[in-house]
Amino acid sequence: MALDLLRVDDVHKAFGTNAVLRGMTLSVAAHEVVVLIGASGSGKSTLLRCINGLEPVDAGVIMVDGLDVTADDADLDAVRQRVGMVFQSFNLFPHMSVLANITLAPRKVLGVSADEAEQRARDLLTRFGLEAKADDYPDRLSGGQQQRVAIVRALAMQPQAMLFDEVTSALDPELVGEVLDVIRGLKESGMTILMATHEMGFARDVADRICFLDAGRVLESGPPAQILGDPHEARTREFLARVLG
Amino acid sequence: MSTNAGASIAEPEVPYVDPARRARRQRRGRRNAFVATMSTVVFFGVVAIAVGSSQGWPVVQDAFFNGEYFTLAWPEVLAALVINIKIFVVAEFFILILGLLLALTRLSKSPALLPLRIVGTVYTDVFRGTPTLLVVLLLGFGVPALNLSGLPTDPLVWGTIALILSYTAYVAEVFRSGIASIHPSQRAAARSLGLGNVQTNRYVVLPQAIRRVIPPLLNDFVSLQKDTALVSVLGPIEALRAAQIIVYGKFNYTPYIVAALLFIALTIPMARFTDWLTARQERQRSSGSR
Repeated sequence: MALDLLRVDDVHKAFGTNAVLRGMTLSVAAHEVVVLIGASGSGKSTLLRCINGLEPVDAGVIMVDGLDVTADDADLDAVRQRVGMVFQSFNLFPHMSVLANITLAPRKVLGVSADEAEQRARDLLTRFGLEAKADDYPDRLSGGQQQRVAIVRALAMQPQAMLFDEVTSALDPELVGEVLDVIRGLKESGMTILMATHEMGFARDVADRICFLDAGRVLESGPPAQILGDPHEARTREFLARVLG
Repeated sequence: MSTNAGASIAEPEVPYVDPARRARRQRRGRRNAFVATMSTVVFFGVVAIAVGSSQGWPVVQDAFFNGEYFTLAWPEVLAALVINIKIFVVAEFFILILGLLLALTRLSKSPALLPLRIVGTVYTDVFRGTPTLLVVLLLGFGVPALNLSGLPTDPLVWGTIALILSYTAYVAEVFRSGIASIHPSQRAAARSLGLGNVQTNRYVVLPQAIRRVIPPLLNDFVSLQKDTALVSVLGPIEALRAAQIIVYGKFNYTPYIVAALLFIALTIPMARFTDWLTARQERQRSSGSR
């Protein structure tokens, strides 16, 4: 499958004696939106962190746009420039303005001039309705605004794919929508997306494919209507019964 | 509850407080102010009377608080204080740089740096554990006695180096705790943007860590300012030594009091600045957490 932008092949990862990924296999094609669902501890976050090289794997191969993340001599910084990542806890840099947060990596990693980086950052902020916040510090923003800035910060590196790790889980319910709208907009612009989420309604709307993770593997995957409406596996049905009430 | 709600609708700008409760609060406030004033007056009054009426007070007053020797010693000790300030400024410059380098070395995970990490750990243990006065004596008298060519023999230089070695060990630990206090998610976020390890430290971790440790750092510097007097044991005529010379010549201790007052005057601005910075950070933290 040469078209796959992300490919995860039989990956194992343990923290001490706690095996979190146990033969994880998954691929995401260019412009595809794949949503990971599953209980806490099923390996969603760990998978995303392994794809971005934040956690070394114990076995298996992860390829990102033709680069082997899991090779001993992998150039992880090159991989990370191709894949943007957004975290549950925003992780904006609190000592920098919104603009400085966004322009730091383009300037220091890609070598873009300060003027050009700022222009691009302002364009992106305008696109997501945040232009008035450019000079504010993160602690002046709401959680939803912080998370949207975090998304803009990742986009400023012009990545080929975006990883979203439960990006709405730390938000007050009334702020979830504005962040999900941003992700919906990214899908429409053709971005390749792999995201872990508990927002089943959003998964149904936006996903091309949903993967149900259980005990460190993909137990079943398919189109949203099938996985959410007519799951084959008993574990998937149990999980959905719990989260959908 | 229902009266509260009714009143706040009638008068929207001023939060409603029960008048009886307001009166009780004001009475309590006045009583607290009165008690605080009285206890302060009584405390210092008793101390003053106890000291002043003691049998030895006239002798002590003449030996330590003699106006004549005060005027005599003041200009000389003040002039010598310049040396303390020089020692302090030079030492502080090197302590900051070396302390930060030592902290980064001890926190690095690179296998090639293991020998440096071992040296760093031993160094910290040794110099934090040895009394600063002892380090000053050993370096100040020991190294020049080696008669090694090319090394300076000025006791002032070796005294300053001793202070640098001693305080770097403390300051490195302050930096290290500051760096360790930055949440790993900040590092993860920086790395996920493609920033390398050095860039992550330079732009994301260190700026936050250093901001956090400024109050404890300044605290160490207040301590260093007065410890410059330890160099006096090696002979250079800094403030304490200048006072001592007059004391030995005149058999009166007033010059020591002069030196003490000057050291206090030197450290107070730094101490107040530290308080102010700490309070400001506290305010920022409480207003920033929403």
